[in-house]
Formats: sequence, C-alpha cells, structure tokens
Amino acid sequence: MRAVIVVFPGSNRERDVCAALALVTGHEPIRVWHRDAAMPESDLIVLPGGFAYGDYLRCGAMAAHSPVMQEVRDRAARGIPVLGICNGFQILAEAGMLPGALLPNRSLRFTCRDVHLRVENNQTIFTCGYEAGQTIRVPVAHHDGNYTADPDTLDRLEDRGLVAFRYCGPDGALSEAGNFNGSARAIAGIFDNSRTVLGLMPHLENVVDPLLGGTDGRAFFEGLVGALQ
Amino acid sequence: MRGGSNVTPSFAAEHGLTEEEFERAVSILGHTPNLTELGIFAAMWSEHCSYKSSKIWLKTLPTTGPRVICGPGENAGVVDIGDGDAVVFKIESHNHPSFIEPYQGAATGVGGILRDVFTMGARPIAILDSLHFGSPDHPRTRHLVAGVVSGIGGYGNCVGVPTVGGECGFDPSYDGNILVNAMCVGLARADRIFYSAAAGPGNPVIYVGAKTGRDGIHGATMASAEFGSDAGEKRPTVQVGDPFTEKLLIEACLELMEGDAIVAIQDMGAAGLTSSAVEMAGKGGLGIELDLDRVPLRETGMSAYEIMLSESQERMLMILRPGSEADAGRIFEKWELDFAQIGRVTETGRLVLRIDGKIAADIPVGPLVGEAPVYRRPWRRRDTAPGIDPRALTPRDPIRCLERLLASPPLASKRWIWEQYDHLVMGNTVKRPGGDAAVIRVSPGGKALALATDCTPRYVRADPRRGGAQVVAESWRNLTAVGAEPLALTDNMNFGNPERPDIMGEFVGAVEGMREACLALDYPIVSGNVSLYNETSGNAILPTPVIGGVGLLADARHAVDLALKRDGDAVILVGATDGHVGCSLYLREIEESEAGPPPPVDLAAERQNGDFVRGQIRAGRVAACHDLSDGGFLVAVAEMAMASGRGILLAPPPGVLPQNAYLFGEDQARYLVETSDPETVVAAAGAAGVPARVIGVVGGVALTLPGSDAISVGALKAANEAWLPGYMARA
Repeated sequence: MRAVIVVFPGSNRERDVCAALALVTGHEPIRVWHRDAAMPESDLIVLPGGFAYGDYLRCGAMAAHSPVMQEVRDRAARGIPVLGICNGFQILAEAGMLPGALLPNRSLRFTCRDVHLRVENNQTIFTCGYEAGQTIRVPVAHHDGNYTADPDTLDRLEDRGLVAFRYCGPDGALSEAGNFNGSARAIAGIFDNSRTVLGLMPHLENVVDPLLGGTDGRAFFEGLVGALQ
Repeated sequence: MRGGSNVTPSFAAEHGLTEEEFERAVSILGHTPNLTELGIFAAMWSEHCSYKSSKIWLKTLPTTGPRVICGPGENAGVVDIGDGDAVVFKIESHNHPSFIEPYQGAATGVGGILRDVFTMGARPIAILDSLHFGSPDHPRTRHLVAGVVSGIGGYGNCVGVPTVGGECGFDPSYDGNILVNAMCVGLARADRIFYSAAAGPGNPVIYVGAKTGRDGIHGATMASAEFGSDAGEKRPTVQVGDPFTEKLLIEACLELMEGDAIVAIQDMGAAGLTSSAVEMAGKGGLGIELDLDRVPLRETGMSAYEIMLSESQERMLMILRPGSEADAGRIFEKWELDFAQIGRVTETGRLVLRIDGKIAADIPVGPLVGEAPVYRRPWRRRDTAPGIDPRALTPRDPIRCLERLLASPPLASKRWIWEQYDHLVMGNTVKRPGGDAAVIRVSPGGKALALATDCTPRYVRADPRRGGAQVVAESWRNLTAVGAEPLALTDNMNFGNPERPDIMGEFVGAVEGMREACLALDYPIVSGNVSLYNETSGNAILPTPVIGGVGLLADARHAVDLALKRDGDAVILVGATDGHVGCSLYLREIEESEAGPPPPVDLAAERQNGDFVRGQIRAGRVAACHDLSDGGFLVAVAEMAMASGRGILLAPPPGVLPQNAYLFGEDQARYLVETSDPETVVAAAGAAGVPARVIGVVGGVALTLPGSDAISVGALKAANEAWLPGYMARA
C-alpha cells in the first residue's frame, strides 16, 4: 500500500500521520511537497493537519487553490482514496470535494482534548476496521471544526450514509456536551458520494500507540490499509 | 556623515544611557556618536542585552556538568542525552509587551524562544509557559488571561510545536506588570550544534525571513525635530508575530543545516539586526560590514537607525561558507522566504554599516561588547519573618478547607488554559499537561524527556534565599515524580527595579539559594534570561525566578503520573512532615495571612528522598506518584484522586501535630507514591534512611478522612474544575 502525504507550507501534522501509517504498513509513506512537479502514483492521498498558508484567509482556502489540488481532484475522480484530516478536511471542503464548511468552534477557542466519536457507517474502506455504532476516544485539536451545511445537504448526507463519525458522549449517546464544537448534527467526519474521500476533524493518527494515550485510531489505519492491499 | 555631533548626554539619557555610559561610548568611538551609533550603544548596553545589573551574580551559578555541551551565553543551553542526541532549551520573558498587547506580546514571546532553539540546529519539540497575572479581581486580569493564552496557543498551535506544560498564578503584585515566560525545548544531534561566533573573513552574511519594518523600534520617534529625521509616526513598540513565516523559517533553517553551508547563525531578537550582528562579530573576534540598502524592507524610507533597531519578527542572520549561497538560496526559495546577502565578515573587528553609499556607523566591536557596563548594585537583605506556631491555628473542618483550596485561583484546574494549546501535535506526548511534569518521547526506542516550569514567588518574597533554593528543589522534584533523572535547567529571573537595594537583595538572595540547590542536586543552569524593572508606580512584582527543568527517562514506558491506578493499592508518604504553615496557601486562602517564613529546604533530604522515589519508580514498584507542594498533603492526595476518579481511605493523621498543620503544611522534600507492594517500598525506605509510611488505601469514589465527612471525588473535581472557566465566562 503506497500512501502519498501532500505537504503544504504550514502543514504540521504530516509527521503524525506518517508515523501512524508506517506503524501499520511497516514502511514510510511518501511525502510530496505541494509544488513538486509530479505526484507519484499511490493507493491513498492524505492531506494532513496544520495551518496551510497560515490559514490566514480562511482555513484551507488558499491551499484549496494550490495547483496540487487539481491533481488530487483528478485522482479522486479516478477513484484514488483521499483522506483529509483536520486542516485537510477544511481544504477538501474549500476545494468543493466535500460539501459544507467548517466554522469556528462554538466556544470560539482552539480546543485540544480527547472526545468520543460514534462510527456511523463502517461499510467503507476507511471505517471497515470498526464495528458500526462503535464508540471510540480520540483527540481533537482545532479552532474551526464546527461543521455546517444547509439542511438539504445534511439530510442527503444522512440518507446516503455519508456521515462517517459523530461526536458523542462516552456511552455513545449524542449530547450537547459531547458535541463540543457545535457541529451540525454532531458531524465529525463525512464521505463524498463515492465514499472514497473522507474528511474528519479528529486526529486518529495521534492514538495508535498505547504509550501516547490510546489506541482507538489503530483500527482505522489497519482497516484502511487492509482494504487497499 | 560624522554629523552625530548634536547627540548630547541628555539625548543619550533618553535612550537609556547614563552620563558615564555615554562618555564611555564617546571614548570608545573617539568622537561623539551619531544617532545610529548611539542607538547601537544604547541597545547593546541596555539591561536586556548587557545583563549589567545581574551579570556578577549570574556568574556564581553552576553551569557545568558531565552532560552539559553548551552552557549560558549562546542562544540556548545544550545537554547531552546519549545516543548522539542533545536537548537544546531556554526560557525567555515577554512581560512588558504582553501587558500592553497580550495576544501579540505572548505570541511573539513564543516565536522568539522557538528561534533561540532552532538557531542552534535543534527541531523544537515542546513549549512550556509560566504565567503570572494580577489579582482575579483586577479589572484587566480577565482580558490579559484571555489574550495571553490565545496568543501562546495561536503561535504554538500554528507552528506545530506542542505546548505541553506550564504554570499559572495570580497575585495583586502583578496587577500592573504581568509575567509571560515561555520555554522551548528542542532536539538536535550532539555533533550538529550551530553556534553564533562569526568566522572566516570574507564570508557572506545572509539575511533570511520576514522583511524589516518599523515595528518595535524603541525611542525611534525621539529623533524627530531635533535631528530633522524622517523617523515617521510613532509606532506601537509591540511586534506582530507571524507563526506561518516562523514555520517556514524552521523548516528552511533545519533543511539548510543538514548540509555544511552554515558557518554561524543567530536569530534577530531584542535589538534586532544590531544585537545579532554585534554578537556574531564579538564572539568571533571579527568585524562585520553590512550594506543596509540590501536588507529586505517592508516599508520605504527607513533610516539606518530604524533598520538596525527594528524588532520585526521571524528574521535570521547567518554566515555562510563561500560558494554555498546558491544552495542556500534554493532552499529559501522552496520555502518562499525573503533572503539577501547583506554583508560580509571582515578582519577589522569593526561593525561598519553603509546606507545610500555612505557610512552610517563604524564601531569597534571588541570594546562595544567587552567594555559594556557592569554594576555591583547596592543590595539589602530583608529580615526573615518570625515562625508560626501551628498550635495557634484555628481548628477548622479539613474537608471544607480542602474544597475551598481546590477552588482557589492558585490551585484551581488550569485545564481552560492548556486545552487551548495543541499539546499533542508531533505525536510524542506521553504525559499530557496537568501533572507534575510533561513527558515527551524523543526516540522510537522510547527515550523521553520530562519537562516542567516552576516558581513559588511568595516564598521568594518572604525569604529570597530559601525561596530560590525551593524553586530549584521543586523543579527537580517534579521531574523526579514522573521517574526522570533531572538533567539541567533554564532560569527566568523576573524581578523589580534593581536600583532599589531591597529588590537587588531579593535577586542576590534568590541566586544564592538557587546556587546552593543546583550544587546539592547536580542540576546545572545551562541557559536563562533576566527581566528586571517589572514594576509599576513603584510597586514591584513578587520576585519570580522561574525554573524550567529538563529530565531524562531511558524508557517512556516507565514514566508514571499522578492518577491513582488500582483499588487496594497503598499510598505511601515519603519524606518528613513537620507541619510548616508559614507562607502556605492554607494560611493565605483560609486565614487570609501571608505571614511566616517559607518552609525550610533541606537539600540533603531532597536528594535522598528524590533518589529513593526515582529508584522505586525504576524498579517498577510505583503505580502513581505526586510531589507535595502548594497546599500540602491533603491537596496532593486530592489531586491524585481527581486525576483518576478513584477514591482513597486515609489513615488517621498522627496525633503529634495539629490536624490542619499536618494536612496543609508545605514541608518540602515529600512525595506521595501509590504501590501494590507497600511492605517492600517501606522497607527499602527504611534501609535508605528515608521517612516513609502508608497513609491510605485506594478505593471507592470518595476521599475519606477519619474524623471528618467523606467527600466524593466528583465533588472535589467539580470544585477544582469550575473556577477558571467560570471566572473567564463572567463578563
């Protein structure tokens, strides 16, 4: 399984996702600088977390117009899976590859803490390592993760099983407190129509090692790598 | 061009030079300085750059050790951590800017300390802070807390370096002068450390990073009518940070450092291009010529004075090996950074600046650096406060007192702060904020560093020497409590006006105490920062020597934290309890008294007890550990319970001391240790001559003290967690 990690100026969690993929696959993914002439062929493209271009205009807005994104879009259209984590999700939304937008958190503060997620659809290459409805504990670290979309889009996401994860309480139940950033319908991650593009705010890549506070992200990468092999 | 003749002593005084200092500058130059030269002397001889009031005392501090690769004097200290790795770290203050503009002041404080670390060839891997705000009742405090915390987070989160620990205190003495200290820790190869000494006459001097603007020029507008200069409108003296550029600068510098292009490198911090060029030339015993027309500028019409004294952020100066300019240029272009060759190294030993083809300044660097003023300021020791008889304490219900203490500003949970910091990015955070020390993995094999910042200013005020020893001991203890071997520390000396003998006495006493503790604990100081004149309207801050400690763990899997782990385990108190209540939080928060001396610091006991605890952790007998500090025994017990949600049944207090002196006294050199094998631990303590006894058993969901009501851990936690978010939410 070959993974390519696209690094923008200001990306800062590329090492974290590289480490998680390396742990599961046994080899380092390829890091591609956003201006590199040719992106190597791969089985997976990852847009990592960070603050691409400082997020100065709007989170993900400038990276979404980086030339490399046309290549990402073309490959996604060919069925190459694309995973956008945190800033990567924001970029996919700004690029129009996923619907909706990510607004500032309800608290208006950057928040780094563990949250609980409910796996809403495990019938995808990304989530097949989990049980449907499983509750997992993973960290978030973002200022703009408050997912929003118009009601029709939200209905469509739900009707078609395109909601990947929702914020929930430790028992898996949806609650005001569990949905810490105020996301519409507690959405933490969504698929595109083909379910081969996933954007999510939480950092599954930071919980793959018991030493570092949890292993609930490991099944995600194991499932994904298994599906792509 | 030598037209500086109208610079007068009184004008120099406005730049902060005394008459004597001005005369010395004139004698070094052989003529009256022009404005640019005056600005350079004033900046280099400022307290901030010259350490003129503190130098003779700082020299007495222990700075060497078998692991120390580089002590104070460079951008950061460097300590060997084995396997060819080195840890590079320093703490620095950004107090005054943060009070004026809390977000940018704090943000640029983080930016500056990051640059100090990556300048030496280290990848920054952790940030810590130490924050001291005024009284929560002061009208500005809430605004300052909000701004400083979001500024630190805003910068650190964006550059992608985790902020993993720190401390936050409140005291009315900081009402007009908050403290914002930031520490950065980096990781380098021990044989790939980069220094600042210029070398190789003829070598190119390269500027890279953000463009230079008029921000941060102190006193630039003084040069107005009198000099007919075009210094322009008055600008805020607080710089604006750009963490995105910093991130690019980190990556570009580290990429360039993989090769052999760099001869010397220095970031442009305080006094900008002036101090970086002068320090590089001074350390190398060489000269530097700069062509200021080549400096990348953000605005037009900047004078030599403004260019040299601008404190625009995210800029570096480097000296390259000849012929490597093109390679360096390719890397800077990749990272979309401005760069320019702005000068060269010379053999003249002089700093020569040219602008518009004319010489703007010509200063011999040796005397500028070597003849900088050094003062032995008068100082006075304060009388120590009489002791407090614990039997005189009013009897009070200990559980009610505990609840109040846990909800008090000094002890209330600081989660509201550290949840705004990305403490997980880089994927190596083994022990997160909220414990005695953060633990960060530094190798795939599991080698790890323990990191903490500490200070107990009220102790230092009451007895500077004892307080100085205590802060070093507490830092050492916090690292020990997670199982680490303390390696070395960095200090940030925050004090009032050193020209006042009582303030200078606080400084001298604190240094004495720190020295004693560093020697006794083999815990050298490898870098640091001094921030003086922290006072407003004659009211000085509490003396605040902040210690940033770094410890080493061979294997992060053996690190422990303070959360109770298993029902049925015993909890052992290590160290002697004498019921010292002087200067305690109990006295301050419950009795509203700040009387008495701080607790005695027995450095031999610190060493013995700490070495014992670390040994037990390494032997695998310790499930959880916590050092005793603010609030004493019962607060520490409660913190261990709150961290896990597990309860504890305490043994009855020994009858020899009044109950609350035993429960809340702040005797030093103590730890709480959870173990499933109390017999072995107590026996080992006995053999080592360390006081230790079982004080409770883990279980249930309540903290139960015989003779008092039990209280649920949930209720304690609610009290502890509620204060800061509630305070910040109040309009």
